[in-house]
Parts: sequence; C-alpha cells; structure tokens
Amino acid sequence: MVAYQNLYMALAVVLFIIGAIGAITRRNAIVVFMCIEIMLGAVNLLFITFSRANQSLDGIFMVLFVMAVAAAEAAVGLAIFILMYRKKGTINVESFNLMKW
Amino acid sequence: MEMLEFVVPALNVKAILPQLILSLTALTVLLVDVFADREAGKTSAANGLIAVVGVVAALFSALLTIGMRESAYSGMVLADGFSSFISVIICVVALLTVLSSINYQRSCPALDSGEYYCLLLFAAVGMMFMGAAGNLLLLFLALETMSISIYVLAGFRSTDAKSIESALKYFLLGAFASGFLLFGFALLYGATGTMDVVKIGAFLTAHPEVIHSRLLLGGVALMTVGFGFKMAMFPFHMWTPDVYEGAPTVVTGFMATGVKAAAFAAFMRVFFIALGHLQVDWTAIMWLAAFLTMTIGNVVALSQTNIKRMLAYSSIAHAGYLLVGFVAGTKMGQAAILFYLLSYAFTNLGAFGVIALLAKKDGGEYTELKDFAGLGFKYPGMGLAMAVFMFSMAGIPPASGFMGKFYLFSSAIKSGFVWLAIFGVINSVISLYYYLRVTVVMYFQEAEEEVVMPKASPAIVVGLVLAALGVLQMGILPSYLWDLAQFSIKTMIM
Repeated sequence: MVAYQNLYMALAVVLFIIGAIGAITRRNAIVVFMCIEIMLGAVNLLFITFSRANQSLDGIFMVLFVMAVAAAEAAVGLAIFILMYRKKGTINVESFNLMKW
Repeated sequence: MEMLEFVVPALNVKAILPQLILSLTALTVLLVDVFADREAGKTSAANGLIAVVGVVAALFSALLTIGMRESAYSGMVLADGFSSFISVIICVVALLTVLSSINYQRSCPALDSGEYYCLLLFAAVGMMFMGAAGNLLLLFLALETMSISIYVLAGFRSTDAKSIESALKYFLLGAFASGFLLFGFALLYGATGTMDVVKIGAFLTAHPEVIHSRLLLGGVALMTVGFGFKMAMFPFHMWTPDVYEGAPTVVTGFMATGVKAAAFAAFMRVFFIALGHLQVDWTAIMWLAAFLTMTIGNVVALSQTNIKRMLAYSSIAHAGYLLVGFVAGTKMGQAAILFYLLSYAFTNLGAFGVIALLAKKDGGEYTELKDFAGLGFKYPGMGLAMAVFMFSMAGIPPASGFMGKFYLFSSAIKSGFVWLAIFGVINSVISLYYYLRVTVVMYFQEAEEEVVMPKASPAIVVGLVLAALGVLQMGILPSYLWDLAQFSIKTMIM
C-alpha cells in the first residue's frame, strides 16, 4: 500500500462530488462544462493513484486518453455553445426550454 | 513498476475488418466531397451512395467473420461471435439510416455533406468497437467516438432551435454520464489491478474476497449509472424524449437503435464477463430497473401527441424489455437480447423512415399524430409499411417484435422470474393502445389539413422495403437468426 493512498482517493471523491453538484446546480453552460471537467480531473487523479498502488501502467495510459477525449469533447461542446449563443444571445441552459426537460 | 518492454502486436486485420472498412469509407466520403462540384441549391445522392457501398461491404465482412473466436491486439479487441453479431446489427442500422438520409436531404440540405456521412460512419465504428472491446480503455474510446459524433449529428439542423437544444442536452448529460462511467472504471481498476475485461473476471475468480469490497461495489454502481444513461434506463431516461424530438428524424432513428445496441453490448460484455461473480447482487437491482423502465416508458407514451416523442418513450419501454433478458442472465436471455436488438433496429428505423418520408421541402416536418390522419388510404404503400412497423413494436404476430418478446419473456420464465415476464406482457398490452392508435388515425380519421407527401427517392423505398422484409422475416421464419444469435453467445470469449 502506497503512503497517502487513502488521502488521494478521498481527494478524488471530494473533487468528483464538487464537480457533480456544480454540474447539476449551475445554469451557465460553460460553467456546467467546467464542472464536468472537474469530474474528469477527479477520475484522472484516481487512475494515477491506483496506477501507483497496483504497480501497473494501465492507469497512466488511461489518463492520457481521458485528457485527449476531454479535449475533443470540449471542441464539440464549445461549438454547440456558440450555436446556442447565436440563436438566443445567451448561454444560460434554462433559456433552452422549447421542450420540457 | 513492471519492465517497459515494447512488443509490437501482430496486425490482425481480420479481427477488425468491418470497422476498418467503415473507417476507410468515412474518410473516402469526406475526401470525395471536397472535390465534388455541385449545382447551387441542389442535393446529390453521391455521398450517400458511397456510404451505402461501404456499409454493405462491412455487413458482408461481419457476416463472414461470424465464426471467429480470437482475442486480438493484446486482448484489446475480442473478435468473437458476439462482436460479429453486434457489427451486423450496427451495419443494418447504418444502412437503413443512410438510405433514409438520402431522401431526408431535401428537407435538411445540411445533411448533403461529406461531414454528415463521415460522422455517421465513425459513430457506427465506435458502436462496433463497443461490442468488440475487451479492455475498459478501448471501451471508453469507442463510447466517446460514438458519443462525440452523435452530439454533432443531433445538432445538424444548426438553424433550428430545437435541434440545438437537443444537441446541448445530449452533450451536457452525455459528458456528465461519461464522468460517472469513468469513475466506475477507475474503481474497478483499483479493486482488480487490471482493465482487461477477461482478466478482471479471472482475478475475481482467484480472489473471491474482493467481490464484496467497497471499491468494487462502488465501481459497479457508478458504471450502472453511466451505461444506464446510454441505454435510457430508468431513472436515467429523462433526456431521451427531448433529445429524440429535437434531433433530425433520421438521426433520431440512428440514436434510438444504434446507441442502444452498442450500449447493451458493452453493458453485457462488462457485466457478464468481468462481473459475472456479482450476478446475484446486480440481478435484484436490474429486476426493479427493468420493471420501472418499461412501465414508465409505456405509461408516459400513452399521453403523447407528437409521434417522435411517443417513439422516444417507446424506446425507453423497449430498453425495459431488453433488461428482462438481462435479468434472466442465462445464455438464452443474452441471445434473446441480441435477437431483440436486431428486430428493434428493423422496426424502429422503418418507423422513423416513414416519418422522414413526410418531411417538407421547406425544412418543416409533420410529427404530430393528427398529421397522419387519412394517409393510410391516400398512400397505401406507406400506410401498410407503418402498420407493419407499429404491429412489430406492439408485438403482434407475425411481426418480429412478437418473436423478440417471446424469446425475452420465456428466458425470464425459465430463470424463475415469472412475475417480471407477467409485468412485461401487461406492459405490451398497455403499449398496444398507443401503437395501434397511429394505425387507427392513419386509416379511420379524416384529415384536418391536406398533408402532401413529396415524391420519395428510390433510396428510401429500398430502405423501407428492406426494413419491412426484415421485420416479417424475423417474425415468420425466426429460426435462422435465432440460431445465429445463440451461436454468437456460445462463442463469446469468457
């Protein structure tokens, strides 16, 4: 067992919960997306912690892929937010309620 | 740390042949489109036809490799009967979607672009890899390849507020759910020390004390959330109606069938192969999820007047039926899921194809139920096709939906889940009301306003005939495909 492993795990869980609560409660689309990025950051931290603990490299590779995918997701997400801004002049997610949630 | 030894894995083309063909076709479409010179204001079927050729080639390669059973690329890709069957389903989905898209272009000219078909095919590649993934890393990459393509596809009517809203909701909730899935993967990796699906199963056999550790149980719970979102399982189904209603109709059909098939495939692979030892634990939760998913889908669908929204709730209900096979958990239940996914692909894409037929030239769509009044006698071919698809959804013989439900519910009864099968049958009876209402409106109601169907292009006629033939073939002579589904499950790499 690596020293402080439990601390890192606790930090990852706390970060994940902060991100999840933010994603649910915030109304600005970019802030919601940033909260999701916090969740992914927590995931990366957890992967690195377990990679150390398990003495294997799989977790580190996963982190690289998670970061690459998050970048691709950000590109698509920002494009959607721009479309949204052009249409409504705001990126408040509550202004998009043509259909009930 | 382990030794850093780099061994180049053997290039096994055969194991990923369908995916390879589709990827190359996607790139070809994109490249050809750059050099195509087209008249302003006119759409052409060239992109779609290239896509059709590629998909048909991928379909044949998937059918030819169905007897394979090998683990390729250091266990990343599991090329077995299961992944081949999933590839066949995805190819059918992609083929029918492309054929309807060629017709739908006149209502939504944005679809006549290399990007649209490229994204569609890459989404299909992602779906196929989800069925073939033997490692959580590849599973995640495949899931995101599929999802990111579909976020864009959902917003392809980029001037329509509903389409943007659909893309936004799918994107935010999809990324949110991916976070949960990844956290689940991380906990699973922490508990077992590997991300290889087969090795996780082997590790749990060797270390039974890990099975009920908090890390593993937490991982299973979070992964259920992530997969549940993609499958539209209760209580993670709330996004489905909005996203399905706003997306372009052909994309909605693609999402409802392809994403569901791929998500179920990945869910089955992870839960039956890697987490088979926990089956007793998750069966109880899945029982409840199956019951609630089908009941809520069906009950809410009863009151819908928009046909796309109705089909969205119906797709939630069908996810519930599929979970019945999951609860049964036997080889027969798993084969029943595969059979039902194929039957659902034919049925649902047929129904969405009919809705796409009615798309107006100016970009509008007829999606209210009352718009369909009187169309049955006015356009007999279309009316008959819609009736066949609605009968199949409701599960009336001789359509394929009946056989699919028969196999699912009988596998549940054989595993001792009699009540779940009874609830499934009750739900099918409830669903009769809203499926048959479409047929009744089409044949027995007077039209309030004149709805004129634009001339259908040959592509969509071929697509609808194929879908109807598929529905009837699987309903009247199911034994060949049922045997194939059972064979696929038997040759799954454990």
